[in-house]
Amino acid sequence: MLNKEDKIFTNLHGFEDPFLKGALNRGVWSTTKEILKKEPNEIIELVKSSQLRGRGGAGFPTGLKWSFMPKDTGKQHYLVVNADESEPGTCKDREMIRNDPHMLIEGCLISSYAIQASKCYIYIRGEYFFEYQQLEKAIKEAYEKNLIGKNACGSSFDFDLYVHRGAGAYICGEETALLESLEGKKGQPRLKPPFPAGAGLYGMPTTINNVESIAVVPTILRKGPDWFKALGSENNTGTKVYCISGNVNNPCTIEEEMGIPLKELIEKYAGGVQGGWENLLAIIPGGSSTPLLPKNICETVKMNFDDLKANGSGLGTAGIIVVSKDFDVAEVIERFSHFYKHESCGQCTPCREGTGWMHRMMQKLIKGDISPEQLELLENVTKQIEGHTICAFGDAAAWPIQGLIKNFKTELLSRYKENR
Amino acid sequence: MNDENLITIKVNQKEVEVNKNLTVMQACEIAGEEIPRFCYHDKLSIAGNCRMCLVEVEKVPKLMSSCDMPLMEGMSIITNSEKVKSGRKGVMEFLLINHPLDCPICDQGGECDLQDQAMYYGFDKSRFSENKRAVENKNMGPLVNTIMTRCIHCTRCVRFASEVAGVPEIGMLGRGENAEITTYLEKSITSELSGNVIDLCPVGALTSKPYKFKARPWELKRTDSIDIFDGVGSNIRIDSRAEEILRITPRVNEDINEEWITDKVRFNYDAYYNQRIDKPYIKKGSKLLASNWDESLDILKNKLKKSSPFALVGPQTDLETGYAVSKFMSNFGSDRVEVRTDNQTILNNNPFSYIFNSSILNVEESDLIILIGVNPKIEAPIINYKILKSYNKGNDIYNIGDNINLNYPTNYLGKDINSLQDQKLIEKIKKSKYPIIIVGSAYSTHATPEDLKSLFVFSKNYNLITESKNNLNFLTPYASRVGQLLIGNTQSQEFEPMNFLESKFKDGSYDLLLSFNSEEISNPIFKDIFKVYFGHHGDLGAMSADLVLPTPLYTEKNSTFINTEGRPQEAFKCHNTIGQAKEEWTILKKLSELMDYRNDFNSFNDVRSGLLKDFKFNFEFNSIIDFNLVINFDDTIKFKSSTFNYPINNFYFSDVVSKNSKIMAKCVEENTNIKQEKVVNR
Repeated sequence: MLNKEDKIFTNLHGFEDPFLKGALNRGVWSTTKEILKKEPNEIIELVKSSQLRGRGGAGFPTGLKWSFMPKDTGKQHYLVVNADESEPGTCKDREMIRNDPHMLIEGCLISSYAIQASKCYIYIRGEYFFEYQQLEKAIKEAYEKNLIGKNACGSSFDFDLYVHRGAGAYICGEETALLESLEGKKGQPRLKPPFPAGAGLYGMPTTINNVESIAVVPTILRKGPDWFKALGSENNTGTKVYCISGNVNNPCTIEEEMGIPLKELIEKYAGGVQGGWENLLAIIPGGSSTPLLPKNICETVKMNFDDLKANGSGLGTAGIIVVSKDFDVAEVIERFSHFYKHESCGQCTPCREGTGWMHRMMQKLIKGDISPEQLELLENVTKQIEGHTICAFGDAAAWPIQGLIKNFKTELLSRYKENR
Repeated sequence: MNDENLITIKVNQKEVEVNKNLTVMQACEIAGEEIPRFCYHDKLSIAGNCRMCLVEVEKVPKLMSSCDMPLMEGMSIITNSEKVKSGRKGVMEFLLINHPLDCPICDQGGECDLQDQAMYYGFDKSRFSENKRAVENKNMGPLVNTIMTRCIHCTRCVRFASEVAGVPEIGMLGRGENAEITTYLEKSITSELSGNVIDLCPVGALTSKPYKFKARPWELKRTDSIDIFDGVGSNIRIDSRAEEILRITPRVNEDINEEWITDKVRFNYDAYYNQRIDKPYIKKGSKLLASNWDESLDILKNKLKKSSPFALVGPQTDLETGYAVSKFMSNFGSDRVEVRTDNQTILNNNPFSYIFNSSILNVEESDLIILIGVNPKIEAPIINYKILKSYNKGNDIYNIGDNINLNYPTNYLGKDINSLQDQKLIEKIKKSKYPIIIVGSAYSTHATPEDLKSLFVFSKNYNLITESKNNLNFLTPYASRVGQLLIGNTQSQEFEPMNFLESKFKDGSYDLLLSFNSEEISNPIFKDIFKVYFGHHGDLGAMSADLVLPTPLYTEKNSTFINTEGRPQEAFKCHNTIGQAKEEWTILKKLSELMDYRNDFNSFNDVRSGLLKDFKFNFEFNSIIDFNLVINFDDTIKFKSSTFNYPINNFYFSDVVSKNSKIMAKCVEENTNIKQEKVVNR
């Protein structure tokens, strides 16, 4: 249970003024100048020691990612903030940008300083128009007060921040596709290597981070990495913003300690499962691309990277989707697979051809038209996509179906019998 | 290879030493392991999107695509494990689920990458029980036939269009399953190399329209030959069945055309059987009437006996014919053959003044290219591709002459040749490591000998010509030009030889004209003279002749051509001649016999061995002739002429063969409908 004073996003729900006046009241921009007096390396080391892991889904340690940036190359470095939050079930970045944009802007400044990037782009999801306006307004305020821009915060560090709106493609949330899109090309993931830290935006060293990863950085540096590390458990430190949706009485977005038990989170903040905990069928813990968890695992699982992984799923973006017994979980997954079919970029073979195949089989599956052999085929197809593609989209499309088959195989097979 | 670049890796537990700059796929190939692929092509950038080339790398959990994977010291690659096999099977299955099973009616059948690889790497039966995807066909002009349902989205054509053709006019629209390869505007791409997408396409999505449903690859006979429709001498392969050529495709020659050829040579073969001169014709009154060999040669013999003849050699005449002509004409005196029908200026018959000295291969190495009176895009599309390669590396291309539309922006210096001496340009040349000047026939046909000398002096002054290199290039758009000049089929007049010839005809020095496939015969300067046309197509040349004798096309005889860089290459006979056509040297032999002249030639081999014996330089097929000459001119630069007259206005109608091709006519029609884009300058 997170104490009130340990909360990082104090205006997550927008009860206060989101703009500069309110932000200053909440302590944003308070000691930025002092932080910027530190050496860039020192900041990277501090973030490293806080064990902050990327909040975008893969959970890669943020400090480590920054340390991959080449030093003293004389090249233009870029920080790109991934605000293309399109994962179904996830809406954390939206709340942060809408209600506390200055936290992100300050994070951008400090993170850019740490990786010596004088330019930073925020790639915001096209559908987030209101949030885009909020962000632009906040950036304007920050420029006016010289918090960013030339000699930002009086630190003699020149920093420019730009916002770029996406055009509504899920794949542009993949970091290299995002770079392509930012460069004005078709949003298709690039081949790696070279990794963005070597050759990213316009061929220059680039770091791409999620909004939440960037927004928590100033607070970590202000309160110290040890405070951050004390929250949660080893390697799964800090706080996390969870988004709870689906069959709960009170869907919400809430900041809590990393590793809070899933059941506690739902009971306490989301008003419990519709029809009571016993009515629970399954929970998708980390946005649409993570495999679902059956009820028995939901009883005990903790919401952090490692525990969820050990239980055959993942934290992802912490977009929790609750499915009760009143609904057909296969239909939920079928809808997801339609989404992945629609959003596949079409670049590489397994994902382009496989997502459509999977979706068509899922359509049959929910009607009970699939024989045991075909169910095996479906599982085999997901295995043929997983790990064979350029980016992680193929994995993301395959995992929900794998999770479904793994946990509900008997139920799926019984449909076939019923239907005969 | 530098030793420090060598690293040791393992492929299937076998140790190999390879260059560290290679990719895993290339290393596996060196180790003798075949890796299946669709999207990878050595001349194009790496896309890595077909995922067919998956391999296992030790200590890496996932399968990796080998085409884009860099090597690392000590890497252990496995290409034959169950995991790899199942991965490839999976990818193969995905490629096939939406690929139509129409191989029996597909033109690619028998030479289809997908077919071949499905045999080795695929499942034996389909597990796909859904409906297959169908895609609407796109209009890509008169050359490329599309059946887009077959497309496997390898994007080779997309990369070809933007990287080789230099016109980013093919792209992928849509997303996921609905992604489609298209030209956006339902038109052909505006490139002279567009036909190459047919060879690149690994499946039957892009096939040749003229070749549609004509033959299967295993029915075809292969003949190696040379592209004679520009001066580059691209290597081609002629596929024929019985006495008919069915298609022409490129042969790989890394020194010249890599693996591309122009649309002209690829598609104008329908003209090989169209409007051909089938038998001798004699003009009676104003009409050409059919005759026979005995009669026509008898007339010619009688005419020749009492006159002083002169011979013109055409733009596509092979070396052996030129040699036989020069031997025959020497019976009447010296200086009686001319190939420079376009008035090209050359210096004292010095090969350096008409040869592409730096070699075609070195163009792409250049970091500064100056074009003078040349439109490489239509005069030599292959060389234009090499220039594009240099441009793509970030180098500047300067242009003097008309502000022509090329597929890369040029720095336009105007129409004055003196702008070559512009201070800024000279600074640039001084800084550049390997500058190149390409002089086209638009300039060299009007330049005075002093102009050419000035160019040489300029090149010497700014290190374009040193002891180890000569980067002052003369590009000819004609396949015969360099060879004919090298065997001396030209008058000693350096400047405006045709004007000189006109005066000779006027003063009565010559009074009979033999034209070997040269359309210049229709020039009014030969108005009242008895003219004989040796040719294969009934075009302008034949119309204005008094006697027409049929000769074979290059595909109907063995022959030699020397390309613009001075590289002799052999073209082989593909099938017998059409109608009563006879090879030129046999006609001249017969004439010599009739006229009691000495004749040395009893076979084609006699002609060739005579040619090689009389050739002034060391002659070796397929390698550039080493001229080993020293260039010495005095030091003054004084340009006189700045006139430019571009030799080819229409790429598709540049020669007598193409003008008779229906397919080329369709291309002209297609291209006149396309709005010309504004010239982009830097």
